[in-house]
Amino acid sequence: MLTKPDIEPSGEGAAAQVGEPLVEATGLEVHFGLRGGLFSRFSGGPAGAVRAVDGIDLTLRKGEVLGLVGESGSGKTTLGRTLIGLTKATAGSVSYRGQDITALGERGLRPLRRRLQMVFQDPHASLNPAMDIRTAVGHPLRIHNLVADDREYEARVVDALERVGLTPPERYLGKFPGDLSGGQKQRAVLARAIIAEPELLVADEPISMLDMSVRAKILQLMLDLKRDLDLTYVYVTHDLASAKFFCDTIAIMYLGRIVEYGPTEQVFADPQHPYTEALLAAIPEPDPERALPRELPRGEIPDAARPPMGCAFHPRCPVAVAACGWEARDLRTLLENRWLELAPEAASREKSLFADVESLAADGQSSVAIAPGRGHTPEDVLEYLRHLREEASEAEPREPFWHGVVTMHAENGRAVVEFAPPRDPRLSLIPATGVQVACHLREPVGSTTGT
Amino acid sequence: MTEPVLSVRDLRVWYGTDRGPVRAVDGVTFDVRPGETLGLVGESGCGKSTLGRGVLGLTPAAAAVDGEVVLRSTGGAGRNLVGLPAKEIQRLRGPELGLIFQEPMTRLNPLMRISQHFEEALRSHEKGLSKQEIRTRALESLRGMGIPESRYRSYPHEFSGGMRQRIMIALALVLRPAFIVADEPTTALDVLVEAQIIKILADLRKNFDTSLVLITHNLGIVAEACDRVAVMYAGHIVEQGDAREVFANPQHPYTRELLRSTISLSTTGLHYIPGSPPDLVEPPQGCRFHPRCPVAMRGCATVEPPEVVLPTGVVSACWQQAIEAEPSLVDELGPGGREPLAAVEEISVADEA
Ligand SMILES: Nc1ncnc2c1ncn2[C@@H]1O[C@H](COP(=O)(O)OP(=O)(O)O)[C@@H](O)[C@H]1O
Ligand SMILES: Nc1ncnc2c1ncn2[C@@H]1O[C@H](COP(=O)(O)OP(=O)(O)O)[C@@H](O)[C@H]1O
Ligand code: SF4
Ligand code: SF4
Ligand SMILES: [Mg+2]
Ligand SMILES: [Mg+2]
Repeated sequence: MLTKPDIEPSGEGAAAQVGEPLVEATGLEVHFGLRGGLFSRFSGGPAGAVRAVDGIDLTLRKGEVLGLVGESGSGKTTLGRTLIGLTKATAGSVSYRGQDITALGERGLRPLRRRLQMVFQDPHASLNPAMDIRTAVGHPLRIHNLVADDREYEARVVDALERVGLTPPERYLGKFPGDLSGGQKQRAVLARAIIAEPELLVADEPISMLDMSVRAKILQLMLDLKRDLDLTYVYVTHDLASAKFFCDTIAIMYLGRIVEYGPTEQVFADPQHPYTEALLAAIPEPDPERALPRELPRGEIPDAARPPMGCAFHPRCPVAVAACGWEARDLRTLLENRWLELAPEAASREKSLFADVESLAADGQSSVAIAPGRGHTPEDVLEYLRHLREEASEAEPREPFWHGVVTMHAENGRAVVEFAPPRDPRLSLIPATGVQVACHLREPVGSTTGT
Repeated sequence: MTEPVLSVRDLRVWYGTDRGPVRAVDGVTFDVRPGETLGLVGESGCGKSTLGRGVLGLTPAAAAVDGEVVLRSTGGAGRNLVGLPAKEIQRLRGPELGLIFQEPMTRLNPLMRISQHFEEALRSHEKGLSKQEIRTRALESLRGMGIPESRYRSYPHEFSGGMRQRIMIALALVLRPAFIVADEPTTALDVLVEAQIIKILADLRKNFDTSLVLITHNLGIVAEACDRVAVMYAGHIVEQGDAREVFANPQHPYTRELLRSTISLSTTGLHYIPGSPPDLVEPPQGCRFHPRCPVAMRGCATVEPPEVVLPTGVVSACWQQAIEAEPSLVDELGPGGREPLAAVEEISVADEA
């Protein structure tokens, strides 16, 4: 296993002591079953397991605020849930205070549930509309049998409401979720999460559905609760700005993997992974002095059921190299993007060189045999592709796709394009920074990581 | 200077409710010039969406609309949309006025192919187009948004969120409108895709003469994609002007507080505006921001501030700037009117949004 980064507290949450390991994940995987029926027909291609979490190692220390950051679909929620036993791991382990919780059944987990709590993104959906605040917030006390009588119950609920700023509590006890604003609901959800005295809170996008003006307040409340109750947080978000302020440690996720992991300050000051750089560059900056025109990575996060080969980020990566996992469907994307730029007539002329561009859409192929269109030979196709490569070698920014093409030749009436064998970048520690990164460009010299 | 495509004068949109009228837009004046992008910002509940719909003539029947919304097609004389029969407005929609929503999925019909959406839009607004012409126009519009021809006959659910938003933009642009309102078009999207869409919207003004009103709560987006900005509070525009100028030197206390409370990469401490925007059935007297304003004066609680045009061209509606520009105005605040407003009353979570 890789060296864990040294935790140098840097975020706002760092005011408290960061202590012994609380939760450790090792080789953690959560693959969701085969997609059946309708869904797979729509999404096209063979149905595959969704690799929501795909081999993750991390250590969360007592008092730490760990940010899981990435675009939607990158597996943040699933990882957060699995760390506290709400979702079953399909491989690997999660230990909490040295105990492997992936091995536990529901009965074994029950006593731990009260120490490991979750706050969900949507405060409206988290509260039962038919349950008053008294009942909703005190619910964990009943489930875990934590109070002797109604008086104690009431006192605990009142205390929790006060802690989250719903004061005077009497004003809120009898209210229903429908009577509360978004910010007040999220406060009630936080009250319910802390009432059973948890040690760890996984907060899944706790402010992203709230109005701008309330976000800072809820974040401040979470800082206060952490200080008062000695909490440890996993903060799940797609918002880098709040993560930068709030977290001690950041794990940048992409398609089920952590691609960069280290102290917040370090990651933001000197991002190592091209995906982290892209995320940072994409944030609109309200200060006109700081706003810069920028290159954005193309495309969107791919379907986790059909991840790209090699480094999953390669189709969008502006600096990808030969080993990053180039495959047949990248050629299709390249062609389609080119044709979008051309006049329709020119585009159809070029398209007619190919019998079926869609046939390139299959995933996981490091070599592809292209059938020429009617009236064309494999040589025509090869000449065209060589021409594109030629053109690309002079263009800026450089198109990284061509780094991945090893040979192009004619064979059995087809034009065959072969790609460099894919290698999987593995997280490795960058010396002297405490940051781990999974990118071929950052591998220590001479190393042979990957598969 | 070119004539504005859109001139809004003293627009009011009030919703009728049992508790009395909700004054969602309450006397708003602004212009949008050809090819210009105007950002509209403010907390939720301040009337941004109502204003966006109001200028498109899309307010519900139960809303009362008053004032002027003058739309000028190129070279045309201009006509006031307020009071125009619904049928007339419907005719203008598309060729003149377009709308892009936050969540395209709710606007694209899941049972219709993308091609059918374009056919319907073009047929209803431009009679007599042949099937081939429709296809050419649609593909050209989609190509501009990076959607390849091979996806023309797909259904909405076969696209990602970002692609759907591109399709919505293509659908609005295919009718070549003079003027588009985009209401939180990127709120449901991830950062990278959001940045791509913002770039597309920013490119619009370079490549077309389409004017855009971009409603968003993300101040960074306005700073990057808009020429001008209007800050809305409680049904009023409290500050408007050149976007860079407003963000570099915010004048109105609400603009300043809004900027300060935004969490950005340079945030080193959390700041927030206490309380929340007021109930628009009974908005506060005087300056509507006075209960939350850190520099409120006693007079602010009773007398509404006038709009002042500052040397930078920025227009702000605040007594502080009014008095600075014209010291004699202090008399209007009454005796002791410049004293600080006795400790802005504690605003508790009870008033939080
Ligand atoms: N219960 C589930 N069943 C099947 N697929 C799932 C389930 N939960 C999540 N996924 C899939 O796993 C991937 C990661 O999802 P998620 O953990 O929600 O990511 P994030 O929180 O980063 O958006 C997505 O492709 C999602 O569709
Ligand atoms: N159809 C409606 N009927 C009654 N009140 C409405 C209606 N639509 C909006 N409002 C009210 O008008 C005010 C402004 O709303 P809106 O224009 O949606 O603001 P924003 O877009 O800035 O959040 C709010 O108080 C809202 O509750
Ligand atoms: S390994 Fe690095 S260079 Fe290669 S695609 Fe991934 S991020 Fe880009
Ligand atoms: S008019 Fe008075 S209350 Fe209103 S923003 Fe200006 S100083 Fe504040
Ligand atoms: Mg999620
Ligand atoms: Mg709105």
